[in-house]
Amino acid sequence: MPENKSEILQGTLDLMVLQTLQAMGPLHGYGIARRIEQISKEALQVNQGTIYLCLVRLVQKKWIKAEWGISENNRKARFYSISKAGQKQLAAETENWQRVAGTIARLLQWEGPK
Amino acid sequence: MLSAFHRIIARIRAVFQRADSDRDLEFELEAHVHLLAEDHILRGTPRGEAERLARIELGGVYQLHEAHREIRALPFLDTLHQDLRYTFRTLKQNPGFTAFAILIIGVGVGASSTMFSVTNTLLLQPLPLHDSRRLVWMYNLSDDGVSEWSTQVGHFLDLREQNQSFTDLAAYFAFSQPGDAKITGEGETERVSSLMVSQNFFPMLDVRPVLGRTFTADECHWNAPGTAVMSYGLWKRRYASDIHILGQEIIVNGSAVTIVGVAPSSFDFGTVFAPGNHVDLFQPMPLTQETNSWGNTLAIIGRLRPGATIQSARAEFWILANHLQKQHPERNTLRPVLMPLEEHVTGRLRRALLVLAWAVGIVMLIVCANVANLQLARSATRQKEMAIRVALGAGRRRLIRQMLTESITLSCCGALLGVILAFAGTRMLASLSAFKIPLLSTVRMDAASLGFCLVIAIVTGLLFGLAPALQVPSISVHDTLKDSSRASTGTKRHIWIRSALVVSEIVFACVLLVGAGLLSRSFLNVLDVNLGFQPERAAALRIDPGARYASRAQRMTYFSQVLNRVRSLPGVSAAGVTDVLPLAGDRSWDIQAKGKPFVLGHDPEGFIRIISEGYFQAMGIPLQAGRAFSAADTQFSEPVAVINETAARTLWPAQNAVGQIVLSDGMGRPGRRVVGIVSDVRHRALEQNSGCELYFPISQWDESSAEYLVIRTPLPPPALASSIRAALHPIAPELSTNEFKTLQELVDTAVSPRRFVVLLLAGFSGFALILAALGIYAVISYSVNQRSAELGIRMALGASPSELRASIMLQTLRLAALGMLIGGITSWILARSLNSLLFGVTITDPPTFAGMLITLAAVAALAGYFPSLRVSRIDPIAALRAN
Repeated sequence: MPENKSEILQGTLDLMVLQTLQAMGPLHGYGIARRIEQISKEALQVNQGTIYLCLVRLVQKKWIKAEWGISENNRKARFYSISKAGQKQLAAETENWQRVAGTIARLLQWEGPK
Repeated sequence: MLSAFHRIIARIRAVFQRADSDRDLEFELEAHVHLLAEDHILRGTPRGEAERLARIELGGVYQLHEAHREIRALPFLDTLHQDLRYTFRTLKQNPGFTAFAILIIGVGVGASSTMFSVTNTLLLQPLPLHDSRRLVWMYNLSDDGVSEWSTQVGHFLDLREQNQSFTDLAAYFAFSQPGDAKITGEGETERVSSLMVSQNFFPMLDVRPVLGRTFTADECHWNAPGTAVMSYGLWKRRYASDIHILGQEIIVNGSAVTIVGVAPSSFDFGTVFAPGNHVDLFQPMPLTQETNSWGNTLAIIGRLRPGATIQSARAEFWILANHLQKQHPERNTLRPVLMPLEEHVTGRLRRALLVLAWAVGIVMLIVCANVANLQLARSATRQKEMAIRVALGAGRRRLIRQMLTESITLSCCGALLGVILAFAGTRMLASLSAFKIPLLSTVRMDAASLGFCLVIAIVTGLLFGLAPALQVPSISVHDTLKDSSRASTGTKRHIWIRSALVVSEIVFACVLLVGAGLLSRSFLNVLDVNLGFQPERAAALRIDPGARYASRAQRMTYFSQVLNRVRSLPGVSAAGVTDVLPLAGDRSWDIQAKGKPFVLGHDPEGFIRIISEGYFQAMGIPLQAGRAFSAADTQFSEPVAVINETAARTLWPAQNAVGQIVLSDGMGRPGRRVVGIVSDVRHRALEQNSGCELYFPISQWDESSAEYLVIRTPLPPPALASSIRAALHPIAPELSTNEFKTLQELVDTAVSPRRFVVLLLAGFSGFALILAALGIYAVISYSVNQRSAELGIRMALGASPSELRASIMLQTLRLAALGMLIGGITSWILARSLNSLLFGVTITDPPTFAGMLITLAAVAALAGYFPSLRVSRIDPIAALRAN
């Protein structure tokens, strides 16, 4: 896994996972992956396994919590939910993301000095 | 930031929960696959196909596991964990090698850590006194510029008042002797050591009593009521740490002394100022006209003012001393010499300790070379294993890491053993009160020593792991795997490196042997000096008459009774009394031959002893001319003296000294007629000449601070202790029992620092020699193994086993000769640094070098002989077939 390439993707994926959990409440890994795929409408190719790498990192940072539960098909599954610290992080990241996105959007619209 | 911290903690924890986390992930992924498969089924995919699709979409589970581990834990620790497990497995497979390596590393680390603790305490750490770097020791240089004298009270008071360099100057009485104070009254009679100190002694050193106070100015007057500060040790031992001791009177030397304070346990005067002794009582030293008339009596310590340096203080004291000399011509000379207190305390040992520290470093290098050698031997047989691992995809970096992990693990295991040995070693050294070495009793393993152990362990591991690790990159997979014989590629280079290691071991052993040889020979020379008396079969016992015998006549009766009773005991061949024992204290005055002009400061220094008749016989000091004292020398007969040969030569060169008059005890008195000449006695140190000695009869003397009974006996002296005590009981019931000392003990104590160095160095070089021998043995037997095919061919072609053995011995001796050549030159260069420690040998001492060469050659020959025997066991057919 070449790290320099995944750097941006990693942050973005973190943000997406946090936002998903914030919006949907507790979800298992498959649920999160499905949700992100649906929203992005295949625009983002997310390797489904990668979601678990992201999840363990977020759990370790204490932004999300993990609990064992029973899935809709009656299987043991791990459910993740966002924590207080995670909500704060999400707010900060969202703002940051919008500022960067706005800046880039403006930069791209700019057609040079007239 | 907080999240980063949480993450680190979680990652470290995860290292230890590997199995749990793996299982959790497996469950999770399994659930994922099933959920995904069910979605596929809902979309109409057949069940079997759905599961297959789901697994494909999830991706490689194995890689996912790996990536998950890398993210959730610390991959570095993980590999370390793996490497360690592997290491322990391989080490377990070679129990012989492992045990041997751990043993020699353990001994090496143990020795170096012990030495480090000693060096750290004595040389690196500040003295156990507050802000000790600012403390300065002052002595008064003797007229001949050789000895350190003490200073007169008047000079001390003036220096203290007039100097600008010190916040304060304090002093203590320099002539106290161990066992000066006898405690009687309640409890058992006991001899303890008492020291007179100036009033500001404790405040200047910033030593605060744990109980009570130090002395007031009133208590330091002449004839003030007796007071004392007690050492913590005596308080705890004799008085069971009773706080009611304050204000109580105890009886010391027959007079009442009030205890005003107890010194803290951290303050041990003896370990710093009087190694090998403890001071139990501190009493105030009056600094008055009366004590001024005692002459040079004070040892002086000062605390530098902030901003003052020792150089500036030296300059100031030089000017002050000149001024004081002019102002007070009636006083003794004053030539103040200032040095940092630390230098005074440990300076003399610095060189010896550095030598020991280097020696132990060399031992450690030999250990490294030896283990490296063994590692190389193993790595040769492990080349195939390495090649297979490379072929299976192991990175060479990873293999190097594996090799280094192995050696560091090994060295850490050894260091663990070393730490245990070092704990034992330091404890043993600290308990050796027989060694007259300052601060030795405070040596112990502390955090610094443990840190040192750790560093040593890692550095050693890297050092001896380097050689085998560096071989990893050169492993040629193809050749190694293809080559079926044991003699694989790289063998030549292998042997070359290993031979170099062995040669370096021999070089190091050479250096150590030469050092140990030179110092041992010096030690033997010191033991061999003519002491001027015979310490064997003689012992001394403190018998101060005490206050009950006040007049001179009473004292004389006491002494003659003591001598008569002791002489009548079976097994006592001679007995006499003296007030100063050789090697145990000294006192000197200016002396003069009557009829020669008197020049203050230019008269020879004379060491004075007050003795009874029979003393020379008891000590075994031969009479050279004239007569010894007899019962006829009394208070009322002519004052007489016996002098030693040096005094006779110095005062009356080319004249017969017997019959001349010597002036000494106070300039106003009439002189003493010299009636006899005895041999010189080495009373200062075994390495030092005696100077002028004068003996006066006890019957013509008023009082001495101490009296020792010296007895000579054909029996072992301790056997007599109880019968002497019993014989003396009627006249000296309070004789303490703890002061019976053989004269040999005095000599042993005097040479103990030298013995300390020699013993350690001899131990180190013995260890080095064994290691070097093992190194040679290992290399030669390895090369015999490697060459078995070649030797087999040679045998088949008609070479006899003895010829082959000779060629192997030749190979051994070539290595040894090269090592000894380089080692001899190296030691010849390094021996210079030992110069100041040598006595009676030169740095190129031929017997030492010859002895070293013979020892090493013999050991090398022996180490090569055993592997060479194996040649006769080589079966040429088998050897040829194996190839």
